[in-house]
Amino acid sequence: MSKIDVQVTINGEVYREACEPRRTLADFIRKDCGLTGTHLGCEHGVCGACTVRLDGQTVRSCLMLAVQAEGASITTIEGLSDGVELSPLQQAFHDNHGLQCGFCTPGMLLTAQELLEQNPDPTEDEVRDRLAGNLCRCTGYEFIVDSVLDAAGRQAAVAGDA
Amino acid sequence: MKPAPFDFVAATSVAEAVALLGERDDARVIAGGQSLMQLLNFRTAQPGTLVDVNRIVGLDGVRRDGDFLAVGALTRHAALEAHPVAREQLPPLAEVIPYIGYAAVRHRGTIGGSFAYGAPYAELPLVAVTLGGEVIVEGAEGRRTIPIEEFFLGHLETAVGPQELVVEVRFRLPAAEAGFGFREIAPRRHDYAIASAAALVQLDSSGAVGSARIGVGSAHPTPIRVNTAEETLIGRRPDAVALAEAGQAAAAAIEPLGATEADRTYRRRVVAVMVQDALAQAIERSREAGS
Ligand SMILES: Cc1cc2nc3c(=O)[nH]c(=O)nc-3n(C[C@H](O)[C@H](O)[C@H](O)COP(=O)(O)OP(=O)(O)OC[C@H]3O[C@@H](n4cnc5c(N)ncnc54)[C@H](O)[C@@H]3O)c2cc1C
Ligand code: FES
Ligand code: FES
Repeated sequence: MSKIDVQVTINGEVYREACEPRRTLADFIRKDCGLTGTHLGCEHGVCGACTVRLDGQTVRSCLMLAVQAEGASITTIEGLSDGVELSPLQQAFHDNHGLQCGFCTPGMLLTAQELLEQNPDPTEDEVRDRLAGNLCRCTGYEFIVDSVLDAAGRQAAVAGDA
Repeated sequence: MKPAPFDFVAATSVAEAVALLGERDDARVIAGGQSLMQLLNFRTAQPGTLVDVNRIVGLDGVRRDGDFLAVGALTRHAALEAHPVAREQLPPLAEVIPYIGYAAVRHRGTIGGSFAYGAPYAELPLVAVTLGGEVIVEGAEGRRTIPIEEFFLGHLETAVGPQELVVEVRFRLPAAEAGFGFREIAPRRHDYAIASAAALVQLDSSGAVGSARIGVGSAHPTPIRVNTAEETLIGRRPDAVALAEAGQAAAAAIEPLGATEADRTYRRRVVAVMVQDALAQAIERSREAGS
């Protein structure tokens, strides 16, 4: 099968690579663009490890073809922090032991980030509800939920100071 | 796993997509990809050509059309949930959509894909089967309208031909005095349901059941309307005994799916409870609407 040129913007940088139509967006990001922070667990939409933001919305990058993303603007885990500083949400995960092996973490962070943008002050139940589609084999979820709630609290404190 | 090779064409109009489906051997539509990509990754589907409909302008959208709410095939679950016309005209849609997978799935998945795929657990088809509706498809011979009663033929089997495109799904709008109810159970929140039920009930002036429509999902090979359960209720006072009997009738009417999450006996039992709960909610709302 002939290759097709795909041009996308990832974390503000333009990438243009030729790939087969069958290339998933996840493999395109990892193998063609070299951004390996996006993880692949189940490859059928269930685990959430491959979650990225496509034109602002979270999507499963294992359930999309790279050719379908032509022209899109994508944010991956590499784009969450500004330079070497951790983002407030990342810092909250660090402080609350919100990760162990780290495999699920990129998907957790992008999913939680979207939640906090839409709902800056979520209840514990709202956090659990939103993270239900992201599987973690290590933490038992408690510290992940704590991390997201802590990040929300810190955001509110910063907003209150301003 | 990774998909087997295929050709890929992004259609820019319905006419182009229909022509491609007609010309190409073994062509298949891809919309949100939230079901098809699973099959491609597993290689249980190996189409020769994928016809992408995501770039067709005007294939999405929501409008009221007489007695129906008309939803364009490419309308994504998240967009339908938020759509002001849908929220005003048919609140049951925004009520059931959060049960469809996770936010990331609802950002991509489309209503046309849900109907064309024909999965028994799908919530929007269950609503259409319960309220009434129709699906418009387009093929080489033009458009045809398929009543919802004739649409779901079997497990993952629908009346859409391999060379046809679903273009619109139409839900019949219920009477203002009717109450809607919905209930489902899944192993984990937002996961595929084990059993689901929807109900639309209208009470008469004496408080007895004037009309009732009951649908069951996730448990039978297709979403199914259960007339036998509806009949047990007509003209009766909707007390606990009546609701339990309707639940039993629904459980008896299905051919329960068996699977690792739930065996057949369990599915029947849980269907009875889902129907009872959906009815209770529908009746409560019908009382509120009437008072
Ligand atoms: C983790 C996960 C959980 C999910 N949970 C649920 C759930 O609880 N409830 C639920 O209802 N769904 C669930 N889904 C499925 C989701 O709703 C899908 O979006 C939907 O079933 C298919 O829509 P799609 O647009 O993604 O279609 P695709 O995956 O692109 O296509 C599905 C099928 O429909 C055909 N098709 C698509 N569009 C058309 C068209 N316009 N005309 C003709 N044929 C067409 C394709 O050829 C294919 O055969 C889940 C999915 C995932 C990944
Ligand atoms: S790898 Fe995409 S959801 Fe699991
Ligand atoms: S930290 Fe290991 S899977 Fe979540």
